[in-house]
Amino acid sequence: MHEVVGTTPKGDFIINVGPQHPATHGVLHLVITLEGETIKKIEPHLGYIHRSIEKMCESLTYRQFIYVTSRMDYLSAHINNHACALCVEKGLQVDVPLRAQYIRVLLDELTRIASHELWWGAMAMDVGAFTPFFYAFRERETINEIMEETCGARLTMNYMVPGGVMADIHPAFQQKVKKFIQQYKKKIDEYNELVTGNIIFQNRMKGVGYLSPENAISYGCSGPVARASGVACDVRKRYPYDVYNQVQFDEVIETGGDSFARYLVRIGEMQQSVRIIEQLIDAIPQGDFQAKTKAVIKLPKGEFYQRVETARGELGVYIVSEGGTTPYRIKFRSPGFCNLSALNEMAKGGKIGDLVATMGTLDLVIPDIDR
Amino acid sequence: MTKEELKNTLTTINNQFTFEDGGEWLNVLVPYNALKSLATHLFAEPVFNFNYLFCLTCVDWRTHLTMVYHLTSLQWQHNLVVKVILNRDKPEVDTLSDIWKTAEFLEREVFELFGVHFHHHPDLRRLILTDDFKGWPLRKDFEDPVNMIKL
Repeated sequence: MHEVVGTTPKGDFIINVGPQHPATHGVLHLVITLEGETIKKIEPHLGYIHRSIEKMCESLTYRQFIYVTSRMDYLSAHINNHACALCVEKGLQVDVPLRAQYIRVLLDELTRIASHELWWGAMAMDVGAFTPFFYAFRERETINEIMEETCGARLTMNYMVPGGVMADIHPAFQQKVKKFIQQYKKKIDEYNELVTGNIIFQNRMKGVGYLSPENAISYGCSGPVARASGVACDVRKRYPYDVYNQVQFDEVIETGGDSFARYLVRIGEMQQSVRIIEQLIDAIPQGDFQAKTKAVIKLPKGEFYQRVETARGELGVYIVSEGGTTPYRIKFRSPGFCNLSALNEMAKGGKIGDLVATMGTLDLVIPDIDR
Repeated sequence: MTKEELKNTLTTINNQFTFEDGGEWLNVLVPYNALKSLATHLFAEPVFNFNYLFCLTCVDWRTHLTMVYHLTSLQWQHNLVVKVILNRDKPEVDTLSDIWKTAEFLEREVFELFGVHFHHHPDLRRLILTDDFKGWPLRKDFEDPVNMIKL
């Protein structure tokens, strides 16, 4: 990774943002070519937190590798585990008990809320508002407590396993989630009052970091980034997994394509997640929480691909099996990686001061990008 | 289009394509010099309209490398997996980054982890590893005496 500083032969400035910079939310290194204040080019340099998870997984069994994936997108740990569990189940062709499916979807949506909460607080802080961060963390803390009680961990849960979930939910789970949802619904209105309607905030976000629908598709963007450009790509709607085809929710789509549209999509998604949880929380059926699987899992020879919708977009797990107990090759298609590749397109021609607003709404999680 | 329809339409384009059975989606094996023309065709033809490249990766089979392209159409919602077998000693293939821009980053990743050379790539440099890194880490014969994890 070369350090580039100084000026280009044309007289443009080259500056480095990161790898240690508060606005990159992790160790991301951007080399930016500037003409005055205007961005001409952004080159991301990755790898500061690269652990080669794909190589590691090749020597771990189908039960073990799921634990590593919690460390990719640590804000959507449940959803990463879910993707891996689904992919292994696809190879094994086991039917997951309905109770486990309900629990998984509920926890996915709670994770999505927690992840968007953190993004919302950090986003507001990026553009200069400090208070929302504390508001967001207050709500996120409640979710983390619910997670801790049921899964035994707050961030890297490793709760979803091939065949279902690792253990049954805590007896107080339903009651606590219901209590949380009830007070949380009012909180979203509070967020809108505090930040969304704020004219200073809107001025910083509107018209910044425009991404056209054509580019969003071409760069392989997914999740809220693509949906803010008017591209319908929600995996939960297009390729439903578990009980997502039985719940009513709307795919939040905006057509603005700018930072404010991406902001609105995520706020809308929080409301939809609440809707999904409300439909499922009282309907969790009785029964097993795990299907019976062999202690040592062997997948048949072949290739398996499973995609899920994480808080950041479409996560794909591609397993190539040779019939053994470990994957022959595994590839994680991470949403952040593709979303980041569009950053140059979004920030080009804008001002350096707006870069933070653009990057904030990409919701980058660096371990997810580097893997 | 369904799996069968895709298969029939692809056969009419070029009868040299071979298909792998099994699997969720249709797998088509393409000679490496036919990849670019097929990709252009898949992208531009309205009946295919494969506008979204959602996964691009490589698999080391010890005797050869296989490039794997997962394509989907946001309009028709059909999926296709295109595979290209490459010579392991001198892996070369045309870039697809002028068709799907996402391929630019993904190909850079494959370049540094597998050592595949992409012709006409706009900016084929290392993305993740350090500039002085030796070897292709995701190949099966890669050995690192210091950092290797073996169980």
